[in-house]
Amino acid sequence: MLKSLQIDPDKCTGCLQCELACSYENEGVFNPAKSRIKVFNFHEQGRQVPYTCTQCDEAWCMSACPVDAISVDAETGAKVVSDSACVGCKVCTIACPFGTINYNSSTGKVIKCDLCGGDPKCATACPTDAITYVDANWTGLDKMREWAGKTDTGAKAEA
Amino acid sequence: MAWARNILRVNLTKGTCVNEPLNMEWAQKYLGQRGLATKYLVEETDPKVDPLSPKNKMIMATGPLTGTCASTAGRYSVITKGALTGAIACSNSGGFFGNEMKNAGFDMIIFEGKAKSPVYLLVQNDQAELVDASDYWGKSVWDTEEGIKAKHQDPLIRVASIGVSGEKGVKFACVVNDMHRAAGRSGVGTVMGSKNLKAVAIRGSLGVQVEDPESFLSAVTAGKEVLAANPVTGEGLPAMGTQVLMNVINESGALPTHNHRDSQFKGANNISAEAMAEPREGDGKPNLVTNAACFGCTIGCGRISTIERGHYTVAERPEYQIASGGLEYEAAWALGAATGVDDLDALTFANFICNEQGFDPISFGATVGAAMELYEDGSITSKETGGLEVKFGSAKALTELAELTGRGEGFGADIGLGSKRLCKKYGSPGLSMEVKGQEFPAYDARGIQGMGLGYATSNRGACHLRGYTVSSEIFGIPEKTDPLESDGKAALVKAFQDATGAVDSSGLCVFTTFGWTLDDIAPQINAACEGEWTPERLVEVGERVWNLERMYNLQAGFTAKDDTLPARLLKDATKTGPAEGKVSDLTKMLPEYYETRGWTSDGIPSNETLERISL
Repeated sequence: MLKSLQIDPDKCTGCLQCELACSYENEGVFNPAKSRIKVFNFHEQGRQVPYTCTQCDEAWCMSACPVDAISVDAETGAKVVSDSACVGCKVCTIACPFGTINYNSSTGKVIKCDLCGGDPKCATACPTDAITYVDANWTGLDKMREWAGKTDTGAKAEA
Repeated sequence: MAWARNILRVNLTKGTCVNEPLNMEWAQKYLGQRGLATKYLVEETDPKVDPLSPKNKMIMATGPLTGTCASTAGRYSVITKGALTGAIACSNSGGFFGNEMKNAGFDMIIFEGKAKSPVYLLVQNDQAELVDASDYWGKSVWDTEEGIKAKHQDPLIRVASIGVSGEKGVKFACVVNDMHRAAGRSGVGTVMGSKNLKAVAIRGSLGVQVEDPESFLSAVTAGKEVLAANPVTGEGLPAMGTQVLMNVINESGALPTHNHRDSQFKGANNISAEAMAEPREGDGKPNLVTNAACFGCTIGCGRISTIERGHYTVAERPEYQIASGGLEYEAAWALGAATGVDDLDALTFANFICNEQGFDPISFGATVGAAMELYEDGSITSKETGGLEVKFGSAKALTELAELTGRGEGFGADIGLGSKRLCKKYGSPGLSMEVKGQEFPAYDARGIQGMGLGYATSNRGACHLRGYTVSSEIFGIPEKTDPLESDGKAALVKAFQDATGAVDSSGLCVFTTFGWTLDDIAPQINAACEGEWTPERLVEVGERVWNLERMYNLQAGFTAKDDTLPARLLKDATKTGPAEGKVSDLTKMLPEYYETRGWTSDGIPSNETLERISL
C-alpha cells in the first residue's frame, strides 16, 4: 500500500523535533539547517506549519533534471536524488513549484525528502501527531471523520 | 561531543571577536550553561564590580544538550552580575536562539567592555563581527528582530535583543529572543544595554553531535515517553500552560495580592487558564489561540494569545491586534494579582508590552503593586505619576505604566527602579516585597513555607526557579509535603536547589522535572557527553554550582543578613484561606538550612564543605 506524509498544522506546536529527526537521519548530526522538512511560524497569526515535498506523481524536479539524477523509489513512490549523479546545477530547485528541493552548499548536491525509505523519521518524532504517515489513498480520512461527526444529527447514545 | 568546545569572546571596547577553546576541565566540573558560565564569570571578574561598569561581563551560554533532540534541549542562559540585585544573575530562556548559537559552533559567547556606540553582534557559523546598530537603537525588540532579518535578507537568523527599557536603564530589563522568549530576571538586559549592545543575531548550520548516538536516542526516547505519560507534562501544561496554577494556588491560600497584603485574590478566576480558554463577549473568540513549544520541547506549555479588538488598549492600534506570546502564570500573577487587576485583556496587553520593550513582567507587576500601596497611603501622589491614578485594581494604571516603563519615561522611570529602590525613594522601604533587590514571584511564603526559605536563600534574589518546592508542597512531586509545615523544609529546599543547578547547566528546561527526576536526565547526559554522568554526580554538580554562586555573592558584599524576607511575611499573618494565621517560619528554617548545607551559622560555606565539593 502506498503511503504519504499527512500534515495537520493545527496540531503543530513548532518544536522542530521533525527537523532534528530529519537532519539526524540524513546527516548524522542534529542540524535543523539541513532538514528536508521545515516548520514555518506565522507569528502574528499564531500558526505553525510544517512543510515538505509532497512527492508529485509528475514531478517537475525529475522532469527538469538534465542528468536524470532524480528517480522514483518504486516501493514508496518517493522521488529520490542520486548523490553520485547530481551535478548541483540547481535546475530542479527552480522547477519545483513548492520550493521543497534545495541546494546543500556543503556537499554541492541537492537535498529533498525521500520518505526515509518508507519510515519517515519526522512522523515518528512528532510528539503531537501533526505529521503522520498514512494510506496515500485516504489522506482525507481524518477530516471526513470530523465532518461526518458534525453531519450526523440523528439520535445519539448518551455517554 | 555535545559541547561545541568553542567560545566566542567579544570585546566591545576594542571591537574584536575571537574564538577560543572551551575549558574542558571546567566543563567536567560545571557541565555547562549556568554552572560553567558562572565559573568563567567568577574567574574573570571582580564580584565587587558595578554591574553597569564595562568591567562587568555578560555571558550567553548553552548547555551540552542544547541543540540535540532531547526534549526541551534548546535552552541558553545569560550570566552576569545583575543590575537589579548586584548579585550573581543567571536568567534562562527557551525559544530557538540557544540552539542556533550551538549550531554556529559556540558553547558560549562572552561579552566584555563597552562599545563606543550601539552595535549588534552578527554570527554566521564561525564568522563573527560587530555591526553598527544605530538603525535599531531606540527601537523595540520586535522591530529590531524583524529589521535585522530583513536587512540581511535571512528569515532564518535568530535574534536576541533588548528593547528601549534596556537602553534606558530600567533595572529589570530582559534579553528577549524569538519575539517573546526572555532571559527575564535580575536585569540582565540592563547590563546588555549598558554595554551598548543592542542585539545578537545568529545563523548556525554546523550541527550538534553526541558521544554515543545510539544510547542517546534510546535515552531520549525513553525520556519523551515519561513526559508524554505524566499528567502535568503530558496534559496539564500543554492544555493550560503554567496558568493551570492560578486557581490552584489561590485555593491553597498562597496567591499574594495587593502587594502581599492578602494571600487570596478575588479576581483570580478571571485571569486564569480557564478564563483564557473561555470565548469572549466581544468577539466570541477565546484569549488563547494555541499552545506553542520552544526548540525541541515535547511539552509545549507556551501560550499564544490575542486581545479582544474592541478593548481600550488596542481598539485604535491595529499593530497590537495580533497573536503573540500570552500570559504565563508568573506574568499573570504579577500583572494581575499583585496589582489587583483582573481584566484579562489588559494583562495580555501589558504582557505584550513587556515582550516588545524587553522588561520582566514579574518585577514590573510587583513594583506596580508596591507603587499602588504607596499611592494609596499618600507617599506617592498624582504629581509624581503625571496625573495617573495608580490605585489597586486599575487596569488603566497597569497598561499606562507598562508603556511608560517600556520607554523609561515619566513615572515609568520610577517604576523602572524596581520595588526596593522605589519604596526607599518614597520613604517606605518596608513595603518592598523582595529579597536581595529582586521581587517575589507568585507564591506566598506564608502559605508555602519551603518557598519562603527558597526565596531567602536564592542566589539571584527572590525566585521560584532556583528550587521549586511548590512541586512537593502542592503537587506531591516527587513526594507530598505539607505547605504549612516548616519541619524538614531545609533539606527539601537544598535538594531542589541542587537538582535545579544541574538541570540549569545541561541545556534542558526545568519544567521537565514535573515528570523527570535526575534518574531520567542522567542517562541522556551520560550518552551525549564524555565522562560518566550519574544522578549522584549531577547532584554534586548542582551543589558545587550553588556554592560557587554563594561565594560570589559573599565576595560581592552580601551576608547572612540578606537571607531574609520582608517583615510583612515574617510578622503579618495571612487573613484568609487554608493558610490563615500563618507567617513565614524563616527564623526557624534558616539555621537548619545553613547546617544542612554545611555552612557556618553566618551562612558561609565551611572549609570542609568546600573541600567535599571540590571548590
